[in-house]
Amino acid sequence: MTEILSFNNVSFSYTPDNPELRNAVQDVSFSINEGEWIAIVGHNGSGKSTMVKLVCGLLFPQDGEVRVMRNVLTEENLWEVRSNIGMVFQNPDNQFVGATVQDDVAFALENSGVPYTEMVDRVHSSLAQVKMDKFLNHEPHHLSGGQKQRVAIAGALAMRPKLLILDEATSMLDPQGRDEVLKTVRALREEIGLTVLSITHDVEEALFADRVLFMNNGQKYAEGTPSEIFSLGDKLVEFGLELPFAMRMTKLFKDNGVLLEGQHMSEEELVNDLWTSNFNK
Amino acid sequence: MDIKLQQVSYAYSKGTPFEKYALFNVDLTIPHGTYQAIIGHTGSGKSTILQHFNGLLKPSEGQVHIGERVIVAGKKAKELKPVRQKVGIVFQFPEHQLFEETVLKDIMFGPMNFGVSEQVAEARARELIKLVGLPEDILNKSPFDLSGGQMRRVAIAGVLAMDPEVIVLDEPTAGLDPRGQKEIMDMFYNLHKERGLTTILVTHSMEDAARYADQIAIMHEGRCVLNGTPHEIFSDSDTLEKYRLELPHIVRFQRKIEQLMKKPLSKICLTEEELAAEVAHALREGRDAK
Repeated sequence: MTEILSFNNVSFSYTPDNPELRNAVQDVSFSINEGEWIAIVGHNGSGKSTMVKLVCGLLFPQDGEVRVMRNVLTEENLWEVRSNIGMVFQNPDNQFVGATVQDDVAFALENSGVPYTEMVDRVHSSLAQVKMDKFLNHEPHHLSGGQKQRVAIAGALAMRPKLLILDEATSMLDPQGRDEVLKTVRALREEIGLTVLSITHDVEEALFADRVLFMNNGQKYAEGTPSEIFSLGDKLVEFGLELPFAMRMTKLFKDNGVLLEGQHMSEEELVNDLWTSNFNK
Repeated sequence: MDIKLQQVSYAYSKGTPFEKYALFNVDLTIPHGTYQAIIGHTGSGKSTILQHFNGLLKPSEGQVHIGERVIVAGKKAKELKPVRQKVGIVFQFPEHQLFEETVLKDIMFGPMNFGVSEQVAEARARELIKLVGLPEDILNKSPFDLSGGQMRRVAIAGVLAMDPEVIVLDEPTAGLDPRGQKEIMDMFYNLHKERGLTTILVTHSMEDAARYADQIAIMHEGRCVLNGTPHEIFSDSDTLEKYRLELPHIVRFQRKIEQLMKKPLSKICLTEEELAAEVAHALREGRDAK
């Protein structure tokens, strides 16, 4: 397994001179291997965004080290490291720089001097990967939020990144746009084995990940598969998150005396259980 | 204070080659004390309509009644200050509008601009900071040293400090974590009830519209195509689909359960609690019938 990213006992403070204030990130360790999807979940102020800034070298840890492709991230290798990382931010309107869809995807390629014929090729193929190849000459204001985020993903893919970071990339979208983006990311993982790090407080998005890191007040509170993390139940709620819809409904049904066998994270499971426990008798 | 839009049309860049209509003959009456949600797709005219509620945009055609004040297309509208004091708009990402040295000064800026004395403005700031769920000692900090969620609350306090009768909210919880979202939405709902405000919520979230609103208006391609209670709006999934809107998650889930039970529940449930109780009730009845 190839390691793409790791944090080794990373600590960071925005106010290192004031020991009374807690560190924004405190002694965090984790790693991502090639092809994995890791979700970092946590409340506002839990340290998620600081971790992203540490990954792409906008900040450097006071303690511990960040490794990207097994190299410790330093001021010297910063630019090389960044060329391996694609990022999609929260607000679809803040990251559209081109006048048309294809200009936007070509922007970074032009900046890094990719030859014209290869550039055209990469623009077309990455837009095809997010199913936006029919929109080459569309202007941004004619696109929905979900479409804009897919173009942003294509822009990142065109640079052939080793790691795609989604920093709250679906939180400003309507439900349809959110589904579009998540479906696209899932398909990309299957097709090209993309490695994904998503930062989110949407628990339904976190259900798609292979592993979930649950952050609280700058520390890693827990790490595990989605079902391990969500079985923490009320702890998540206490720390500002909510449980997945199906788990909330399971609890409410049981409170109301509806017969159910188990705990459920997906709606399908819950509906099946409702069926077997109540009708199929 | 009632708000009434009569046959309102609005064109951006009117009279230029770039003229583009964003609203067409919109009629919408929001009686005093109503919690009105406005839903619709990106580009449906939601943001354009919201700027009419306090005269930031003036209609190209038609008229807008804001309480006693009438803004008529083609006529100069002078002295809109009183209107803007009474109608507070919380824009998307209001924290981008913070600018003062301290949180206290920032919250006091709006009311003092409208002629409120320094003492009164300060008293309001001290009261409001608690209302938005922040400790009082934050008043002396720079707003730029706060977290995103805290900045959002400070910005909201700044709008509330003007003591508006109507509050217009444009996606007020975008980017907040689930608990922050619920706290902010519950706070607005309590204010709405306690102070008898008129509240207008522009949102993508069918869940919030279902949970809080008395009336929901649907915007589609610049027209207001439907206005009704949450139960009316969400009972009609065909119409919603036509406007490319989804049912709230909870209603979609109710439909799945109804398929399973092979009969509809007695009503559309708009909250999780309601649905759980209703399903339990239907199952008990089913068992008793056997």
